[in-house]
Amino acid sequence: MMKINNLIKKYGEKTVVNDVSFEIPKGKVISMIGPNGAGKSTVMGMISRLIEPNTGHVEFHGQKLHHWKSKELSKKLAILTQSNNIQMKLTVRELVTFGRFPYCGGRTTKEDEQIIDKAIAYMELNEFENRFIDELSGGQRQRAYIAMVIAQDTEYVLLDEPTNNLDIYHATNLMKTVRKLCDELGKTVILVLHEINYAAFYSDYICAFVNGKIAKFGTVEEIMTKETLSDIYKVDFEIMNIHGKPLSIYY
Amino acid sequence: MRKHISTIILFVLLLIASLTSLFLGVLEMNVSGLISGNLEQIETLLISRLPRLLAILCTGIGLSVAGLIMQQLCMNKFVSPSTGATISSAQFGILIALLFMPNSTLWSRAFFAFVAAILGTWLFVWFIQKITFKEAVMVPLVGIMFGNVIGGITSFLSYKYEMTQALSTWLVGSFSTILRGQYELVYLTVPLVIIAFIFANHFNIVGMGKDFSQNLGISYNTVLFMGLTIAAVLTASVVVVVGAISYIGLIVPNLIAMFKGDKIQGTLIDTALFGALFVLVCDMVGRTVIAPYELPIELIVGILGSILFIGLLFYRLKNGRKSISLGANNTTCCNCTPKLEEN
Repeated sequence: MMKINNLIKKYGEKTVVNDVSFEIPKGKVISMIGPNGAGKSTVMGMISRLIEPNTGHVEFHGQKLHHWKSKELSKKLAILTQSNNIQMKLTVRELVTFGRFPYCGGRTTKEDEQIIDKAIAYMELNEFENRFIDELSGGQRQRAYIAMVIAQDTEYVLLDEPTNNLDIYHATNLMKTVRKLCDELGKTVILVLHEINYAAFYSDYICAFVNGKIAKFGTVEEIMTKETLSDIYKVDFEIMNIHGKPLSIYY
Repeated sequence: MRKHISTIILFVLLLIASLTSLFLGVLEMNVSGLISGNLEQIETLLISRLPRLLAILCTGIGLSVAGLIMQQLCMNKFVSPSTGATISSAQFGILIALLFMPNSTLWSRAFFAFVAAILGTWLFVWFIQKITFKEAVMVPLVGIMFGNVIGGITSFLSYKYEMTQALSTWLVGSFSTILRGQYELVYLTVPLVIIAFIFANHFNIVGMGKDFSQNLGISYNTVLFMGLTIAAVLTASVVVVVGAISYIGLIVPNLIAMFKGDKIQGTLIDTALFGALFVLVCDMVGRTVIAPYELPIELIVGILGSILFIGLLFYRLKNGRKSISLGANNTTCCNCTPKLEEN
């Protein structure tokens, strides 16, 4: 259960997030979209405790987020941001092992090792297991980070622009993985996305932001209409139905 | 097993070098003399040779582990006690102790050195975190400048109060004054390195960034400042006893990381052993080149270190961030000779 209540975040005079409230449906994929500077990533930061809101709070399993013990929370909620230090010479396996840190504090048990093995296999990283992450391609590296999040074994997985810097092939595969995380592993996945069509095709709900406020929150079908999208992005849209999903064309 | 080969090789080399070092020196000392119970020789061993060896080992271990921690926490491969203002701050602390407590003991000087080193390192890291530099090389440059400013103040004060002579012991590192009763402080490195080993994973995670550590439930600032404190005290305890030795904290962790990566749990022991070996070999060179006199360790380390450092820079320029593999990947057989091959 995650409920977001009246979040406000200001940086100096500028209000980046202005009174945002919504409830995150469990066991679904939720995408946050919107133009640059709409506050999506800031909202993501606040629901993952990385950013402290000025007012308002996030309720997680009936308790305010900042009342949670950081270590306990890290067993329930994982966030992957863009700002990871990829300079570090760690092997894929060492990175994935960090995912178990909240449970074992660095001394992995047999059970931890099994979970790590599974996570690596799940992301098809077996052949790269002992390679250094800074020597992998962007797509492989992103998969390694996702494997770490899987090893962290949390109900909620938050991904901040996971498709950034990935080509079409890797970005699409990543979105398929996101779907699998939800369908097969029963996780609630919250994403910040720039590509509207990935959001439309792979998520259950879309939350659209404009100017620090929620423009509209609803199912994919509710959001992916010509009028709503034109309103949000201020460009012309056409909606096409492909494989039963509403996809957009903008020009 | 394969993972530990480098550790075992380093350990054996260190053991051989240590034994050699014990029998190196002006006063006569040999195995048969020791066994036959020659009192003079046993005294030489216990009062001079053994303390010197232990001090050398602790120095190498302390400085290289301090460098390793600082590089990880600052996410920068060129940060070290000498390029991060830690050494110069420790010297400043010693000067303050000499100025205000003319009869200061080793321990009170150490106390001032600890406090100054910790504050100096914190200030430096706080500064580089406030101003995020695009170029990684800027961070050590700022550190060197910062260190020189502190060094300048130290020099100014020491000239003003005619302390240059007294202070010179701590400006240039040397093991020639190490005798029983005057060096034991350097043992402090042992518990500190053990603590560092226990928190190895914490340091690694903090090195991955603030968001990354928070995601795994680690308090970034607490671990950062704890790590820096350990590194500063490690450095200061060496500076107080031996004096300043540059490069070790910079080169040793970098060389080991090229072979073994950045996972501290996997590299800490190797880094410590190699650091000790490096200092010990430099010391033996310094003692034999112009025997029966000896050159200060700082001179030898400076020469060897700068050559290695330039080599390291060229390697980085040529190969980017590629690592040297010990033949661990891709090869299946038990090829025990470390093979330098590009991965």
